[in-house]
Amino acid sequence: MIKFTDVTKEYPKTGAALKNASFHIKKGEFAFLTGHSGAGKSTALRLVYLADRPTSGEVRVSGFATARLAAGDVPRLRRRLGIVFQDFQLLEDRTAEENVAFTLEVTRARRTTIGPRVMRVLTQVGLAGKAGQYPRELSGGEQQRVAIARALVNDPVVLLADEPTGNLDERATRGIFQLLRDINASGTAVLMATHDLDLVRSLPGAHLIELQTGEVVYDSAGDAPAAEEAP
Amino acid sequence: MNLVLRETGLAFRRAPLLSALSITTIAFSLFVFGLFGLVAVNIERAIGSVAERVEVVAYLKRGTPIETLALAQADIEAFPEVESVEHVTEEQALARARRDLTEFQDIFQDLEVNPLPSSFDVRLKPPFRDAAHVTEVAHRLQSFAFVDDVRYGRDWVEKLDRLRDIAGAVGSVVGAAFALVAIIIIGTTIRMAVLQRAREIAIMRLVGATDSFIRLPFLLEGLVKGLLGGLVALGLSAGAWALINQALLRASFFTPAQAAIGVAAGGLLGLAGSALSVGRHLRSV
Repeated sequence: MIKFTDVTKEYPKTGAALKNASFHIKKGEFAFLTGHSGAGKSTALRLVYLADRPTSGEVRVSGFATARLAAGDVPRLRRRLGIVFQDFQLLEDRTAEENVAFTLEVTRARRTTIGPRVMRVLTQVGLAGKAGQYPRELSGGEQQRVAIARALVNDPVVLLADEPTGNLDERATRGIFQLLRDINASGTAVLMATHDLDLVRSLPGAHLIELQTGEVVYDSAGDAPAAEEAP
Repeated sequence: MNLVLRETGLAFRRAPLLSALSITTIAFSLFVFGLFGLVAVNIERAIGSVAERVEVVAYLKRGTPIETLALAQADIEAFPEVESVEHVTEEQALARARRDLTEFQDIFQDLEVNPLPSSFDVRLKPPFRDAAHVTEVAHRLQSFAFVDDVRYGRDWVEKLDRLRDIAGAVGSVVGAAFALVAIIIIGTTIRMAVLQRAREIAIMRLVGATDSFIRLPFLLEGLVKGLLGGLVALGLSAGAWALINQALLRASFFTPAQAAIGVAAGGLLGLAGSALSVGRHLRSV
């Protein structure tokens, strides 16, 4: 469903952030992208949600070949993805409910469906009781739950999470991680970039891709180019 | 559309100070342009009222049959440049001289024969009241066999032309400079509003909003700010005009059509400024 084939991404100032990276994340998987900071995890995610395009190689996401995707079609692709960031990226002057509804409004969902859909995902993330609160009135873990609700409300095929627990204490981290596992259990693929190896170890069956200075050095699915070339 | 209106309203409600500030900035830059406009309008009218006196007088040979003159008058009236032709008979000319040249009253009293010729007094339409057209019409009048002489105050018309050219050139340069300053200030103001909402724009994009959808509330916001700024500028100009009228000199104000164009131009500038700022921002992120 997400397929990187020999993907290189170079930035004019900082050079190559990804080098010939190849991996394949299948429908319904829980996958980790790990590595030290600067290893290329965020770059890989940015290529998935088309904040950037690869310098060379091919990125396919949910049937879209992103290299050939017209700028006008990018929103269509993004509506099939849910994206969660370390710093939540919530609109401070809107309530939890409004932050989630915003996604549906800007994608022109039918008005009558917005309220019920928002409440459904807020309930799913355990925040139905705090729908009317502003981000500043919520804890970090709760803010991340709102961000996850916002990412889920469009029923994405994959949830992309870039260090979603990076700003949270251990308890909140466990809660958010459990929530991501629950979401995955209900059928949504999750691609999570993290450097927290404790989290990775706590889910032994997950697909694990390790990056080092832009190169894929380990892929538990075993279909990295190095593995393919092995006899 | 509802959402676009709501988002636009929200932009004003959430940042009332910034909105008021940008409307004020737009208003003052348009006000400066408006003041210049007032000066331009008044100079234009002053020159226009002087130009109204531009007249070509064709003196007619004595004894020309009245039928010939009637036909010729119709011909001259059909010139594209001509607004009106008045046939001044010899008697009318004398009466006019007696009325206007009172210092020569005695001479006119003692006359046995009327020395004054009859004439066609030809007035030109406003766009043709310049030296080139006046000379051209004078030449054409001269070619009629019954025309003895043509007078039109050549020097005077040329001076008027020169005055008009200077006013036009200064007006264009100063006007363009003021307009440019207004455009830059308005553009910057709106860019600030866009930057203030950069985070929101980024989130809108991430959740799959199209660029045109993101753009719309900003365009509407720019239009509304421009129109409001234009209205405030019109009010300020009216105030300045009233003060000038009271304290300095009688001046004219914009016609309702000019005022409406001014306010609409404010709206258009706001709209264009927004389109440029948002477009630039969307391309850069």
